[in-house]
Amino acid sequence: MRRRHFLTLSATTLGGVLVYTLDRKATLLASQQKPLRLPLRFFTETEALIVVAAASRIFPTDESGPGAKEAGVAIYIDRQLAGSYGHDRFRYTQPPFEDAPTQFGYQGQATPRQIYREGLKGLKHFHLLPFAEQDKALQEIESSAFFSLLRQNTIEGMFCDPMHGGNAGMVGWQLVGFPGPRMSNYDDVDKYYGEAFRPPPSTLAQVTGRKLRPSEDEP
Amino acid sequence: MKTLPAVDAVVIGGGWAGLLMAKELGSRTPLTILVLERGIPRKSSDYADTMDELEYAIRLRMMQDLSQETVTLRHNSAQRALPLRQHGSFQPGAGVGGSGEHWNALCPRFLPDVFELFSSTTKKYGQKSLPEDHSIRDWGVTYGELEPFYTRVEKLLGVSGKAGNLNGRKIEGGNIFEGPRSEEYPTPPTKVSYLSSLFHDAAKSLGYHPYPSPSATISQSYTNPDGIARGGCTYCGFCARFGCMIGAKAQPTNVLLPVIQKHNNVAIRTGAWVRRIQFDSPPKPQARGVTYVDATGEEVFQPASIVFLASWTFNNTRLLLLSGIGDPYNPTTSLGTVGRNFTHQLSIPAANAFFEKPMNRFMGSGSSGFLLADFDGDVFDRGSLPFLRGGCFAVRAYGFQPIGNFGVLPRSVKSRWGSEWKKAAIYYYDRTSAISFTGEHLAYKGNYVDLDPVYKDKLGDPLLRLTLDWRDNERKMAEFAAARALELARAMGAREIDAFSGLGPYDSTRYQTTHVQGGTIMGAEPEHSVVNPYLQHWQLPNLFVLGGSTFPQNSSMNPTPTILALTLRTADAIVNRYLKNPGPVA
Repeated sequence: MRRRHFLTLSATTLGGVLVYTLDRKATLLASQQKPLRLPLRFFTETEALIVVAAASRIFPTDESGPGAKEAGVAIYIDRQLAGSYGHDRFRYTQPPFEDAPTQFGYQGQATPRQIYREGLKGLKHFHLLPFAEQDKALQEIESSAFFSLLRQNTIEGMFCDPMHGGNAGMVGWQLVGFPGPRMSNYDDVDKYYGEAFRPPPSTLAQVTGRKLRPSEDEP
Repeated sequence: MKTLPAVDAVVIGGGWAGLLMAKELGSRTPLTILVLERGIPRKSSDYADTMDELEYAIRLRMMQDLSQETVTLRHNSAQRALPLRQHGSFQPGAGVGGSGEHWNALCPRFLPDVFELFSSTTKKYGQKSLPEDHSIRDWGVTYGELEPFYTRVEKLLGVSGKAGNLNGRKIEGGNIFEGPRSEEYPTPPTKVSYLSSLFHDAAKSLGYHPYPSPSATISQSYTNPDGIARGGCTYCGFCARFGCMIGAKAQPTNVLLPVIQKHNNVAIRTGAWVRRIQFDSPPKPQARGVTYVDATGEEVFQPASIVFLASWTFNNTRLLLLSGIGDPYNPTTSLGTVGRNFTHQLSIPAANAFFEKPMNRFMGSGSSGFLLADFDGDVFDRGSLPFLRGGCFAVRAYGFQPIGNFGVLPRSVKSRWGSEWKKAAIYYYDRTSAISFTGEHLAYKGNYVDLDPVYKDKLGDPLLRLTLDWRDNERKMAEFAAARALELARAMGAREIDAFSGLGPYDSTRYQTTHVQGGTIMGAEPEHSVVNPYLQHWQLPNLFVLGGSTFPQNSSMNPTPTILALTLRTADAIVNRYLKNPGPVA
């Protein structure tokens, strides 16, 4: 049995939980709250801190709005790796494995879990480095399978439905003006020509009024 | 092996084609019909809470489970093929309804000359105009013969659109290049988003003839001839890769299943993985039924008097090859028929355009918007253009979601992560559109499918091997399309435009279309085709093959209405002729 690991989310690790209003004005909501201790399903605490730091360099918190930290990208990735995706449940994994040109897609044997575990070994103490050195370390691995997975999973964690653990407070959706699932745009689809139409976002659970269980939470 | 009680007809595959055949025969005859579907059961009410981009559009939960079976690919017969280990350039569906559940519901007819491609091209341009290694064939059916069936399909699905050629009379605003249709579309075109309006106006300003894309996601409430009522689209944008929440998108589970369920002579068995079609050799060649592994893992024999093979393009060919039915195609000698004329479709973002104003692209439907057929087929004056045939342009606000669409940037933005990238990606997120182009894919001797010698499925049966690559015709068509798309994007007022950079080797990682055709092609002569023009197997007259595997080569357009029209024509031939006198109907 693996030792239980937690990711402690606090104002200091996260820079506060920011919620951005529609005009992209940052409102610091929860800086005074008690730290949140979230049980990790796959990462060790140190791995999670490295993922938090690396995802934040890929999708930084800056003047264009919140980033991977506020969205909870590391939590999202941890849950994905613990579920069917991390185990390559739906990928063809029969041998022989051969090297191939890029047009044949990923041909490797390693699952996303294995790619992360290996890749994170190469980023020891990453979370303790200054930003400039973090960026340098990421540049060095830019062409690796690990980095492209991390980049892709970071985008997923920014913009997925919050039930998957990312896009916390729908901060990602608000960055790009996506309202989430909306049952009807019938009255709006042929209006607002040339103007931004930004209805307030809702999650799938809010829209359907159902309690939803994402597939990564299934046993 | 256990033998199950015999049925009159067994249908392999519960997608559009298989369920349509089951519905037709189930409601028009007393035959007992069993549909064997290897995936899970589905029903239209399953989609009430599936508007989850990650699960459906990214993890592709409605597609085939590749851990059980995939295909292998190589670019030419000198290479060793490798398995496509994850979904990429096409996305076959799984479960009841098949790919018809997650389709985008674009519902166009093929141009008349598509069905007579060999004769019409050689008549107009001579034999010498054809590429040296082509294997282009006529279909053995004409547009005129198929027209009444297209009309029935449009009524079945309630297709929204505007006619451009009603009984030979050209109508502005519709597709004036289409073949003559006997009736107007059952429902009017869908609503027009800002992005679609920009494309429409730009195309008009260049003297083209944009027309509303025919859409099986319907614009208003409609009741079809079977009494099935559906409501109109609300433009939520969760269409392709999703089932429709409200049933506005025509899907097998909402237009066919409710009718099938009224007839107790039809049964659908899920979790049934068909491995072989059993058959008798001469003197009385015929299919005897199928063997399949059932949901409990037991292999059983299901006898049947008629076998319909309707399991999507790949497995239609694979099951014939695994069963030893017909002669496998040999690309060196061009002898043999099973596996020949394998085609995909040229589908490219001919240009990515970047605009100043936001588009509100989260609103829309997979099949609303405009198409441009001014460069399709052979409808335009091609002068000395160095390629045959053509294709269609489209710009559609199909309901953009952020995971899949974040980060489409002008080439002038170099970074792929970090602050600069993030800022640009946020800015352009709702200010970009592809001018997409889908073009015909000609059939070539060297593009074909056979059984892979190395890789196996979960039961140990060989995977299907694709030998597939683009040729000069597609490369030059792509160049031409990129140049036209540049003009269209300029006319749309784009601030920055990146034209398609050219077609490299066939790339299995870039989603193109799920319009993969051929392998068990139809035709007028048994030497060059697997099935006759009624989709009846040339050697085993009680075996019918339904679906895109019967297309001798691909058109530029979406195949579903043509698959359904051919299926209806076969159903009529069976009801009116075959059942009275079982034997060849052509």
